[in-house]
Amino acid sequence: MSRYFTQDHEWVDVEGDIGTVGISEFAQGQLGDIVFVDVPEAGKTLTKGSDAAVVESVKAASDVYAPVSGTVTEGNAALADSPALVNEDAEGEGWFFKLTLSDPSELSGLMDEAAYKAFVAKQ
Amino acid sequence: MRYLPLTDTDRQAMLATIGAATIDDLFVDVPEAARLSGPIAGLPMHASEMAVERHMSALAAKNVSAGSVPFFLGCGAYKHHVPASVDHVIQRGEFLTAYTPYQPEIAQGTLQVMFEFQTQVARLLGTDVANASMYDGSTACWEAIGMARRITKRAKAILSPGLHPHYVSVAKTMAKYTGDTLDTAAPTLDQDFGIDTLIAKIDSETSCVVVQYPDILGRIADLSALADACHTHKALLIAVVTEPVALGAIRSPGEMDADIVVGEGQSLGVGLQFGGPYVGLFGCKDKYVRQMPGRLCGETVDADGKRGFVLTLSTREQHIRREKATSNICTSSVLCALAMSAHMTLLGEAGLRRLAEINHLGAVAAADRLAQLPGVELVNGAFFNEFTLKLNTEARPVVRALVDRGILAGVSLGRLYPGDGALANGLVVAVTETTTEDDVEALAQALAEELA
Amino acid sequence: MSINPAGWRPERPETAADAAPATFTGNRALMLEEPLIFETGSTETTGVDLADVPIGTSRLGGLERARPIGLPGLSEPETMRHYTRLSRQNYAIDLGLFPLGSCTMKHNPRLNEKMARLPGFADVHPLQPVDTVQGAFGVIHELAEWLITLTGMHSVAMSPKAGAHGELCGILAIKAALDAAGEGHRKIILVPESAHGTNPATAAFAGYTVENIPANEDGRIDTAALLARLAPDVAAVMITNPNTCGLFERDMKTISDAVHAVGGFVYCDGANFNAIVGKVRPGDLGIDAMHINLHKTFSTPHGGGGPGSGPVVLSEALSPFAPLPFVARHADGRFELIEEESAGDDHPHSFGRMVAFHGQMGMFTRALTYILSHGADGLRQVAEDAVLNANYILRSLEGTLHAPFAKAGPCMHEALFSDDDMAEGFSTLDVAKGLIDEGFHPMTVYFPLVVHGAMLIEPTETESKAGIDQFIGALRSVAERAKAGDASLKTAPHFAPRSRLDETQAARRPVLVWREPVLAQAAE
Repeated sequence: MSRYFTQDHEWVDVEGDIGTVGISEFAQGQLGDIVFVDVPEAGKTLTKGSDAAVVESVKAASDVYAPVSGTVTEGNAALADSPALVNEDAEGEGWFFKLTLSDPSELSGLMDEAAYKAFVAKQ
Repeated sequence: MRYLPLTDTDRQAMLATIGAATIDDLFVDVPEAARLSGPIAGLPMHASEMAVERHMSALAAKNVSAGSVPFFLGCGAYKHHVPASVDHVIQRGEFLTAYTPYQPEIAQGTLQVMFEFQTQVARLLGTDVANASMYDGSTACWEAIGMARRITKRAKAILSPGLHPHYVSVAKTMAKYTGDTLDTAAPTLDQDFGIDTLIAKIDSETSCVVVQYPDILGRIADLSALADACHTHKALLIAVVTEPVALGAIRSPGEMDADIVVGEGQSLGVGLQFGGPYVGLFGCKDKYVRQMPGRLCGETVDADGKRGFVLTLSTREQHIRREKATSNICTSSVLCALAMSAHMTLLGEAGLRRLAEINHLGAVAAADRLAQLPGVELVNGAFFNEFTLKLNTEARPVVRALVDRGILAGVSLGRLYPGDGALANGLVVAVTETTTEDDVEALAQALAEELA
Repeated sequence: MSINPAGWRPERPETAADAAPATFTGNRALMLEEPLIFETGSTETTGVDLADVPIGTSRLGGLERARPIGLPGLSEPETMRHYTRLSRQNYAIDLGLFPLGSCTMKHNPRLNEKMARLPGFADVHPLQPVDTVQGAFGVIHELAEWLITLTGMHSVAMSPKAGAHGELCGILAIKAALDAAGEGHRKIILVPESAHGTNPATAAFAGYTVENIPANEDGRIDTAALLARLAPDVAAVMITNPNTCGLFERDMKTISDAVHAVGGFVYCDGANFNAIVGKVRPGDLGIDAMHINLHKTFSTPHGGGGPGSGPVVLSEALSPFAPLPFVARHADGRFELIEEESAGDDHPHSFGRMVAFHGQMGMFTRALTYILSHGADGLRQVAEDAVLNANYILRSLEGTLHAPFAKAGPCMHEALFSDDDMAEGFSTLDVAKGLIDEGFHPMTVYFPLVVHGAMLIEPTETESKAGIDQFIGALRSVAERAKAGDASLKTAPHFAPRSRLDETQAARRPVLVWREPVLAQAAE
């Protein structure tokens, strides 16, 4: 399984042609207490860079963009009752949605974990 | 000048601290060509309280106030007796001159009032939740249509013929920009509320059906079947209540399974005020709360574990979501909401029910008295405190003539639907606890003479 | 004798907080706790004496409300006590300076309240025949004439219910004008990145795409960038002037001329009109529409969050598209109401109706009362004193707090600071909360977004010099504590009716209405 990161602080774990998407540990720290996550519905088509989800803290709402194109298979239902999961485990249990990738070649434009860490260090 | 505390000595001292020679040095960024050299010509200079009072009183004296004559107007704004305490509550400086409660530690007064108001309104309307108020009923109605569009992802709204024509007009104006299609029609001068006709129009493209309850002609009907029909087609039922006192006597739209209930709170606590400021009511089912526009107050605790209240779910609002906000609304009508809440607290449930009974039975007696007159027919079967009479001639000139006899006789449908011949003979009459038997008798006699 | 403007400071023992005893009631002398009406009232109690119910048979068509509603009542004395106790938990203009930037929290004169309550204004119905309400139309018309003259514009739409509503009105008038000219394909509205959130929200509602124009280092709009972006796809520009950094946009006329040259319109957000009323006419700067917040510049009360009122002055080009209804005056002095019916032939281009009835009449009487009291000379003095007070604060505090634009020149009616100099881990929020303990409402924080940790302070003209000096002293003291890393600021406020509230919980698990607590069965 490989993990890729975008410059907008989304991550995507890819296994076969299924991707799991969330926001990075760095991003959740910046946002503060997460109070609500609006995840996409199964069946929704996303193109790379388009609006995929919204993550709300008390004072701000941030758009989460699709790191790659595809069709949503599942939104993380656990976030409805426990949005705090994103703060507690952003890169694990706090995933936002899964999708089937329509164009795996898009992954080549994303960063790997080391590159993302370096990118964040410069923020 | 009485509102300006700075003295010339103060101004000089402050300019010295700033390091400016004159006040105009501080306006240096204004281009020369745009700077006015003195007070704008042709406008009066400052005036004492006494002079201003004289001027404003003269203007006020040119108006016929509702309390000075037999008065029967309704159609979206109602005259009720507001207890003297209410005005004193809203004139407390800490309520009157407070800001929006963005710093909750020093705004628990406003916030607790908002929480109590939200609860009272939700219970009155029969909804799970309610917001802390909108500008008025007409904008609340439009916002509800917008909310239905967001929830159903459909754009066809059916507006009942019984919806206030101003509310229809606002919706028509706004729909031009959102692409909503509105199915509208003028009411007919009969007792049919129109449930069956509305049900027949619902299809898989319908976002919502909007009804007014009681409607513009004062008609009421059971909305349950309409709610079912909406839900079968996955559309929402929106009910609009322009006379909340009615809900002290008749079943709430929430109980009849309406999804969104909006309204105008003016009749409780606020007074006629020639049309504003008023207070929009907005309630809905729990599952839709994140789509609800307007301010919301929520309960929480402070660092010491004490219960307190804060504005919440703000991320729906424009100052945070900017282009993606649920609406561009920035404010609510909190002072009017306080007035309504205080009035409801003074009434209590038993008082509200009794007030509603007095209104209804007073209206029944008036309707029967007026229907006895030759040339006058009562249109309504059921009604609350407002009913429509069908005269044997156009109503608008009759209303005008009755003004000369010292009576404000109600709202002619010709005023609300100009050019609609089928409605021209309709006169909508409202009767509240402020209407006396003498008032009704005066109207009856004057009307009899006018129609003879 | 000389008076210590900072007041008497009592000496407090180190363990002062621990030394204060608990009370039975939870009250602390005049700081009184007050439960909800749902906890103290009852559905059977009423504080109103009603007449006997008349004899008669109900005609409610079987729709009687049978189920309990759940509305508690209180007697009149309990009601007055409930709301009076609640009111005392609020800060208000009547209590002290409210330094909120762009809110213009000026004194709310009580003559306004008295005039609004005259029965001839308070007790008239909006649908009464027009010749029974000529005085009410007279107020609307007279206020409209003042607003038009003060701004140098052509007409004014009086019906919008608040500032944001007025902003919508202005943008819809612009859209109608463009559609009528065959320019309806224009899709872009340019908005400075420092703008208030209503600006892009309004533009988006009207179907426009918003493009941000950056600010440059002197806090003003990057005029070159704006002019470079002007093209035939631009419908309008929305500018706040003075802007949200409290600075006058010097290039306003240049911008207006350039926007007109490409066929677009200029909308001006009038929230900051208090800085220039009577000194500058926005019409002279080439604007096409501007909303005016009567609850800001013209002293109508904020009421804890509304009602406001947002009339919109319009240029000659936009006037034909103004919304309905409006008041028109005949040559013989008689007023008429132009509604949908009378609009027909004379005003066919109106974009429509925004609200039922005529607008915020109660706010019109208040604002007109205020305007007549000040007059043309007084209003000009209002702007001068407002600008003077803000500059006094700016210069008095620029040594203590970082003021990003202070070196470049004066500010207008509001002063902007940032949290650049604070200790590690301390921010604008801590300064705000510390100010509460000093007896002030905090200034506007974290707006505008173009400055880090922004603190925007607008004193208005109704503050005395002594009051401002006390505020300056307090803010200086709190700021110094933040720069020194004083930990007690992190848990401020200490003396308010409530300490910091858990907003996260309120948003994660919203509790928006009262529910009767479920009584748990005692365990067997």
